Amino acid sequence: MKFGILVNEGPYTHQASDTAYHFTAAALRAGHEIVRVFFYHDGVNNGTRLSVPPQDDRNISERWSELAKAHDVELILCVAAAQRRGLLDEDEARRAGKDSDNMAPGFQISGLGQLIDAGIQAERLIVFGD
Amino acid sequence: MATKKFLYINRKAPHGSIYAQESLEVVLIAAAFEQDVSLAFVDDGVYQLMQNQDTAALGSKNFSPTYRALGDYEVNKIYVEQESLELRGLAKDDLMPLVYEDEDDDWAEKDSIHVVSSAELAEIIEQQDVILNF
Repeated sequence: MKFGILVNEGPYTHQASDTAYHFTAAALRAGHEIVRVFFYHDGVNNGTRLSVPPQDDRNISERWSELAKAHDVELILCVAAAQRRGLLDEDEARRAGKDSDNMAPGFQISGLGQLIDAGIQAERLIVFGD
Repeated sequence: MATKKFLYINRKAPHGSIYAQESLEVVLIAAAFEQDVSLAFVDDGVYQLMQNQDTAALGSKNFSPTYRALGDYEVNKIYVEQESLELRGLAKDDLMPLVYEDEDDDWAEKDSIHVVSSAELAEIIEQQDVILNF
């Protein structure tokens, strides 16, 4: 099965991003294809590399990065949602005149078209939200 | 490109969280993909279509006039759940008029808003390929 994944909530506050991660990892283990994981609304906050959770807790953004590396999964942050919330890659940081970017490895910034495209390409688009 | 039936389900009040505004942004972008698009408004989501919204006191952007542009984007299947309206003491007249020009009917102006029962909405949901909940 080809799945598209939409993550609408940020890390730690809501269960949605954890559940999205576990679903995605389980689907890959079972041999399914993940067309794309798209992060929207506060979901873009999953893509920061500057989060420092306590050592006895899970590291949500690092976990996504590792999954992306191991399985070549596309992790896309919506550009408009990301800019509002201060999630910037190097190009965006330079363009906006900011002193730093904060994108975790494996995440990319792109447009909402990538969400619609995931809906078209995937057999099931699964929405994780509140 | 394959055409699929997309339904955007709007469940939350327009102001107080960003879901409504960012959902509308998705719908407008999606219009460029020439998919079959419908919108549903349920629960507090029905407030998104209220007439005469004023966010001045909130200090946030009043994006509600953007809904009126949906007809120009050929987004003209807008379903509002009857029960959600009634529970909130609202009627269709409380909602902003949303219309489109029907190119198959000599560009006659038609109503985009359809008030449907929960059971009818369930059937509409059943017919979709892709459902996005906001």
